[in-house]
Amino acid sequence: MLEVRQVAVRFGDLAVLGGVDLTVADGEIVALLGASGSGKTTLLRVVAGLIRPDRGSVAWDGDDLAVVPTHLRGFGLVFQDFALFPHLDVGANVAFGLAGLGPVERSRRVSQELDRVGLGGFERRKVGKLSGGQAQRVAVARSLAPRPRLLLLDEPLGSLDRTLRRDLAADLRAALRSAGTPALHVTHDPAEAFAVADRVAILDGGRVIRTGAPERVWSAPGTEAAARLLGLTAIVDVTVGRDGVRLGVGEGRRARALVREGGVRLAADGPVEGTVDGSVFRGPGYLVAVRIAGGVVSVPHPAPVPPGQVVRLSVDSGAFTVLDEA
Amino acid sequence: MTRRTATLLAGIPVAFLAAFFVWPVVSILATGLSEGGFGAVTRVVGDGHLLGVVWFTVWQAAASTALTIAIALPATWVIARLDIPGRSAIRAATTVPFVLPTVVVATAFLALVGPSGILGVDLQGTVWIVLAAHVFFNLAVVMRLVGGVWAHLDPRLEDAARSLGDPPWRVFRRVTLPLLGPALAAAASIVFLFSLTSFGTVLILGAPRLATVEVEIYRRSALLLDLPAAAVLAILQMIGVIGALAAYARYQEHHSVEQVLRPATETVRRPRSRRERTLVAGILAVTGVIVLGPLLVLVWRSLTVTGGFGVGAYRALADTQVVSAGAAAGNSVAFATAAMLIALGVGMPAAVLVAARRGRLSRWFDTLLMLPLGTSAVTIGFGFLVALDEPIDLRASIVLVPIAHALVAAPFVFRSALPVLRTIRGSLREAAATLGAGPGRVWREIDLPIVARVATVGAAFAFAVSLGEFGATLFLARPGSPTIPIAIYRFLGRPGTLNLGRATALSVVLMALTAAAVALVERVRPPGSAVF
Repeated sequence: MLEVRQVAVRFGDLAVLGGVDLTVADGEIVALLGASGSGKTTLLRVVAGLIRPDRGSVAWDGDDLAVVPTHLRGFGLVFQDFALFPHLDVGANVAFGLAGLGPVERSRRVSQELDRVGLGGFERRKVGKLSGGQAQRVAVARSLAPRPRLLLLDEPLGSLDRTLRRDLAADLRAALRSAGTPALHVTHDPAEAFAVADRVAILDGGRVIRTGAPERVWSAPGTEAAARLLGLTAIVDVTVGRDGVRLGVGEGRRARALVREGGVRLAADGPVEGTVDGSVFRGPGYLVAVRIAGGVVSVPHPAPVPPGQVVRLSVDSGAFTVLDEA
Repeated sequence: MTRRTATLLAGIPVAFLAAFFVWPVVSILATGLSEGGFGAVTRVVGDGHLLGVVWFTVWQAAASTALTIAIALPATWVIARLDIPGRSAIRAATTVPFVLPTVVVATAFLALVGPSGILGVDLQGTVWIVLAAHVFFNLAVVMRLVGGVWAHLDPRLEDAARSLGDPPWRVFRRVTLPLLGPALAAAASIVFLFSLTSFGTVLILGAPRLATVEVEIYRRSALLLDLPAAAVLAILQMIGVIGALAAYARYQEHHSVEQVLRPATETVRRPRSRRERTLVAGILAVTGVIVLGPLLVLVWRSLTVTGGFGVGAYRALADTQVVSAGAAAGNSVAFATAAMLIALGVGMPAAVLVAARRGRLSRWFDTLLMLPLGTSAVTIGFGFLVALDEPIDLRASIVLVPIAHALVAAPFVFRSALPVLRTIRGSLREAAATLGAGPGRVWREIDLPIVARVATVGAAFAFAVSLGEFGATLFLARPGSPTIPIAIYRFLGRPGTLNLGRATALSVVLMALTAAAVALVERVRPPGSAVF
């Protein structure tokens, strides 16, 4: 089990990580979700032993790793652009971490790992001739081959296009599951985090601000920052009164709340007034962006509405998820 | 570019190279075979002394190469990968030895470990002083060529190897070294060729015992007047050079690695630990002593050799019967100016032509222009001597000196201009045309500013090369019109500390002149125009 305690890293005057706590249990896949520049790659490099933290500790099964160099940690690492060795073929890349094995056992393990990622028989291919998705699979096979105690993945699907990313996320989870290797998966894409991980940790401002199963984190993101990182951006001002949550400022406690898509409709007699920002065609209908108190909500509508038009909205009382103070 | 323009542009360099390169080489071949077919060849091959010279030439070149790489690699790593204060200043300092004239370097090493050197050890005539000078010279070749690739190697490849269980030294052996392989091979072959054809260094520092093929060609032709044997040696050397280049080309063909290079800003890092900082400081200190030591000693010696501290040695340059330093300086500047103009006239049209055209003819032309660079200066001087007696006997004419210098400098002009000219993309011209610029204005405003700039760079390069040229000049300069390097050589050949003082003083002057020319290159050099 990986335990990261109060890890802090500064680059010059810039505090990149300000006391991060994180655990990865045996066999667990944890996604670390954060915006670019949030320090998630830095945290991964601290765990790998490539960066020494200014403060805090990294421990495995209770043993502090402070003085253990990278090559003795037994943590595999998969890079965003894969970092395959260009002077070696696919087989030699996968065999790189198997130097301790005899030639027969080594080639058996190489083909086993290549099979696991669906690239059986690719041993003699040149890495320069692989497609992006194939290179990604080779990178995963290479990292899994030495049977690491933990696999660290740094935006492993980040350089691939969207459709490929969706397919590979599922394959990646399957490969990790079949190897039984616990993993820490860094990404900025909530969909990828949900597809791969058992548990999601959200990194913002140099700290982990929320952790939990994908379903829980999604339905209760906690803070506004966490909600935005999860791709939930329809956030508005609300008043929390005795009779429930109401849009806008009124009597009761003022708060920010997430408006779930589908809970808001355009209605001529609706209680809330808003101004249309614009309409985007999506699927069978349009998504109309309406600016209301303190934010913008997206409302499905069968026809486009001209920008600047004032509309009225009706809001289901269950559409709000009240967020914590930041 | 029209066919007529192309023919016109090709005409000048082709005619120049035919007259002053191809014809002299052919004449050397003819001279070598003049003694009834293979008579001279048999004589040379049967001569134990000459075979010894050939053997020494090869092994000292191999040893110089190995030593240079071993000493340069640690400093190359520091400068390519570590973010340390004064990095660019250190990088610039390590380039200095490479641009210095051979006689200056030889004088500096004599001032250090010569008969009256300040260390009190006389290594003149031993292989050690020759190897030391070659290492000193060529450090910059390794640092530039290998460092240029090392600075762009993806650091994540090394991180990946560490995460797969390799300790640092295994990461270096299994990842870094193979990825640097092609650059190392390039650097090694250049250092090997420079050391193989090293002339001034061996002539001065190896005297009187040691001789390379290059030195032997000079002795046979200029001192013993055994031209056929000299020609056979020159042919042997050319074969050796071609063989080395072919071996290098073969290696590159089989070992090239397609890799993604990273911007240098992404690959540098601060030293990680106290131990690493100590290591870096140690490497820089040792390299600093190697690079700056001989030069500082040279300057120090020029100020102290006449007893006490002062400019006595510089004053003594004025009162000597050996050679007039003032006249030598005048000759050097005049020759360098002429050589610069000729080299520009040959190199620039060739670069414009090769940059504009693709295809096999252009590649051939590229190779043809680089050939003089692979030919030693002594071979060029010797070739002029045996070739240029008909139809007009030019051998006694002083025009041969700037022509020989231009032949050595033209490839530099060509090589520094070509990559920059290639970057003037067709799309720039097309963009200008769609914005309403006619062909004249496109040439004036797009091409000309860039051409003018690379021409300035090439000119300064050629000037610096000519100022320091020694091997060909020794053959061609008449006794009455020596250049600065020849004057230094004559001072070194005279006994007495006063003459050593004059040699050191004049070397400092030449070093300053060369530094000024090179500084000009660095100032106006557009990015990407480095010769190496």
